[in-house]
Amino acid sequence: MKAGIVVFPGINRERDMAIALEAAAGHKPRMVWHHETDLAGLDLVVIPGGFSYGDYLRCGAMAAQSPVMGAIRAHAARGGHILGVCNGFQILTEAGLLPGALLRNASLRFLSMDCWLRVERADTDFARHYQPGAVFRSPMAHGDGNYFADDATLDRLEGEGLVAFRYVTQEGAVTPEANRNGSARNIAGLYSPNLRVLGLMPHPEDLVDPLMGGTDGKPLFDGLAAALAA
Amino acid sequence: MKAIVTVMLKTGVLDPQGKAIGQALHNLGFAGVGEVRAGKLIELELAETDPEAARAQAEEMARRLLANLVIESFRVEIAPLEIPG
Amino acid sequence: MARDVNESLARVFGLSAEEYARVLDIMGRTPSLTELGVFSVMWSEHCSYKSSRVWLKLLPTTAPWVILGPGENAGVVDIGDGLAAIFKMESHNHPSFIEPYQGAATGVGGILRDVFTMGARPVANLNALRFGDPALPRTRRTIDGVVRGIGGYGNCVGVPTVGGEINFHPSYNGNPLVNAMTVGIAPADRIFLSAAAGVGNPVVYVGSKTGRDGIHGATMASAEFGQDSEEKRPTVQVGDPFVEKLLIEACLELMATDAIVAIQDMGAAGLTSSSVEMAGKGDVGIVLDLDAVPQRETGMSAYEMMLSESQERMLIVLRPDRQEVARAIFAKWELDFAVIGHLTDTGRIVVTHRGVVEADIPLAPLAEQAPLYHRPTVDTPQPAPLGEVADPVGLEAALLRLLGCPDLCSRAWVWDQYDSTVGGQTVRRPGAADAAIVRIEGSRRALALTTDCTPRYCQADPEAGGAQAVAEAWRNITATGATPLAITDNMNFGNPEKPEIMGQFAAAIRGMAAACVALDFPVVSGNVSLYNETEGRPILPTPAIGGLGVLADAAASVGLALPRDCCLIVIGATVGHLGQSLWLREVAGREDGPPPPVDLAAERRNGDFVRREILAGRVRACHDASDGGLLLAVVEMALAGDVGAGLLPAPGGVASHAFWFGEDQGRYVLAVQDALAMLQAAAAAGVPALLLGVSGGKDLTLPTGDTISLARLRAVHEQALPSLMGG
Repeated sequence: MKAGIVVFPGINRERDMAIALEAAAGHKPRMVWHHETDLAGLDLVVIPGGFSYGDYLRCGAMAAQSPVMGAIRAHAARGGHILGVCNGFQILTEAGLLPGALLRNASLRFLSMDCWLRVERADTDFARHYQPGAVFRSPMAHGDGNYFADDATLDRLEGEGLVAFRYVTQEGAVTPEANRNGSARNIAGLYSPNLRVLGLMPHPEDLVDPLMGGTDGKPLFDGLAAALAA
Repeated sequence: MKAIVTVMLKTGVLDPQGKAIGQALHNLGFAGVGEVRAGKLIELELAETDPEAARAQAEEMARRLLANLVIESFRVEIAPLEIPG
Repeated sequence: MARDVNESLARVFGLSAEEYARVLDIMGRTPSLTELGVFSVMWSEHCSYKSSRVWLKLLPTTAPWVILGPGENAGVVDIGDGLAAIFKMESHNHPSFIEPYQGAATGVGGILRDVFTMGARPVANLNALRFGDPALPRTRRTIDGVVRGIGGYGNCVGVPTVGGEINFHPSYNGNPLVNAMTVGIAPADRIFLSAAAGVGNPVVYVGSKTGRDGIHGATMASAEFGQDSEEKRPTVQVGDPFVEKLLIEACLELMATDAIVAIQDMGAAGLTSSSVEMAGKGDVGIVLDLDAVPQRETGMSAYEMMLSESQERMLIVLRPDRQEVARAIFAKWELDFAVIGHLTDTGRIVVTHRGVVEADIPLAPLAEQAPLYHRPTVDTPQPAPLGEVADPVGLEAALLRLLGCPDLCSRAWVWDQYDSTVGGQTVRRPGAADAAIVRIEGSRRALALTTDCTPRYCQADPEAGGAQAVAEAWRNITATGATPLAITDNMNFGNPEKPEIMGQFAAAIRGMAAACVALDFPVVSGNVSLYNETEGRPILPTPAIGGLGVLADAAASVGLALPRDCCLIVIGATVGHLGQSLWLREVAGREDGPPPPVDLAAERRNGDFVRREILAGRVRACHDASDGGLLLAVVEMALAGDVGAGLLPAPGGVASHAFWFGEDQGRYVLAVQDALAMLQAAAAAGVPALLLGVSGGKDLTLPTGDTISLARLRAVHEQALPSLMGG
């Protein structure tokens, strides 16, 4: 798997992501500066978490306009894999590569805690190492993770099976209490129609080492590495 | 010209910030406050001197960057540039 | 701006008549306004430590593992594998009272710069916070703003906030304390210092532009609050964590080259203190051309530029042949980069603006003749012995009251607003262990980090309280299995011109020094914040200690989560000391008696034993017994592990409430599988040990036979702070 991590000014989880990708792929990912326009040779483009451009104006709004986004769109158009985590998910929605938007958390507070995620489908290159319906733990850390889309869009996403992960209780139940940021229909992550683009708010890359409290996030990266093995 | 771009969440999009402000006003004893909505105001100093051209320019900026039309709407006002001093 | 400079203006600037006379003597003429500004900030309490220096000298600052002690931007210790930990704690008390969000945010920004200016990548933030009575709306607004500010800045720069502490007391009503600590990692042979060198070398300004922010922040930090504090609001600085993040990356990139001769952040007193200190330490002169300073506002005077406290700015002395390398790095990160001067051999700082020399001051006398005061001290009277205190409510009611009181209830509402996992190296997050554990990327090694102080002890007996603060930091690091290495201190006190306040300061230093020596735990950096008073009422003396320890293998650390089927053993002697305990305050409604004494020899013996047992793999969980005593320690372990416990009766000779809620020092509660072996090992080591009970189930069974479910305990513990803060 040849992975590249896009670094915008203000991104801050690129190192975490690099560690998780290296552990899965066996070699270091390429760090892609936001001025670069050539992503040739990459199987997977990752937009990591952080505060690109300080989250000023709107989270992800300015990164979505930067030079590298043209290359990322082209990568998506040719069926390349893209993973956007946290700020990366926000950037993907701002760029129109995934529908909807991420609003301020319903509590108006930053939320840094573990959440439980339910795998809504496991037949994708991202989720293939999870069981369908499996519940796994993931850290999350965001101020604007409240997923919003209009009802027609939400119905379409559900109908087409594009919801990747939902916030649930440890037992797997979709409840308001499990949905700390107030996301529509407890949506934590979304696929593009071709299932090659995944955006999600939580940080599975921060739970890939038993020393940090678990390896619940590791199957995502191992699955990708297996799917994209050259 | 100066362009003043007001960006608001669209009607129907939950505005927790507005709700919180409304609650705080209520707690402070202000009666009769209905719905409160919070938005952003962005002032742009533009070299363009024609008001209509300036408006068109600001609207294009709002559509491309200043507002996210999935969740927000915007309004542009044009005013003469104040010369300091 | 043409104001006559005279003694009365000097007084407005915070200089005494005697200090102003000294200025006249050094200058040989009436100083310009800009020169007066430079003297006033360099001789402020904040920059000169004029009241505290004589006492700070008593603190031990050396050990074989100390690379750099106090005197630089932060302290440096060797943590093995060719790496150094660089750390410091600093106060932002006054700004946080005036504008809690920005005050706390810029406090975090400032301490981060102190650490990365020395070449370290920041890997952890902690903060020690003290607030007033939480029932007051003003206190709640302050808490809300401070917590948001710390999170807003730390989360954005991508440095995990992994620990800290919060206390409440009405003495902080008008004067909250915000003490922020940053820890960074650097190669031990690549530490960057601030002493300028090389006549002719360019002096470069990088970072954000200069505006009229926070002018006279350093003198504000050296004055008491009065009614007019509200009017000082415009001087509060605004932080930009996005620029700070870029500045960190750009500086670290530049530090990987050989371009830097010296580097210093522009903290309090901005361009003045950075240029004066860099040139002064290097025994050189410096010329600054203020026309070259990147400016955010128009029409700024030399005085304003020299005293501005605009954030996210650094001053660098470069090798002249590396100027373009440096310029390219800052251009890449879209930060300002301007050559604003050069070094000279004159030993003077010369500041020009629009062709006029606005300041020309000899550096040596500015530093050497800085005021130094041996202020009078009065000892705090020894508190009267407490005597017997009957138990008015019984164990269960007292436990529930303590568990939900502001000083002991769960801090999750606060931690949940701080990103504690960014970086992917946080082994033990806030609340998971007595010290936060952060692994060093790419290594098995880890740091153990904590902040500690018990101000009510310091108020009753500053010397015992000073020793206790150091001992508790050492204990909290030890309780994870780590080896304590060094501390940073943040001395928060009232008005030093009052002998009783200076007496508190001196006694706290004596206590700290004794503990540092006994525990091999030197002070490597620190900060003093005086004049923490509102309308003449001082805060509790608060010498906050930030402790750092190291683990050779992060996997060897233990947390406090209680596993099932273990025995609970307390290490250390329990005599049931109730003086100044939280039980006494919250249950008996009294705040008197002496604080618990710290027996430093026993502290050392007990801690060394516990660490050895943890590293030998014989301890499943460990928690020190401090605020609230043994019962709170056991309950905190049970809640963290979601495992219940059954407790045995107190031994004869100690009243039940004194045994379970007394705050005797030097104690640890261990969860072990083989109780007999542990008791025997303790006996062999000459360390007191006692079986307290066993773990299992989902209830706490008190020695009285009363049973409380963990769910009920959790509700009391976790709902207290959110309900105080309104959700």
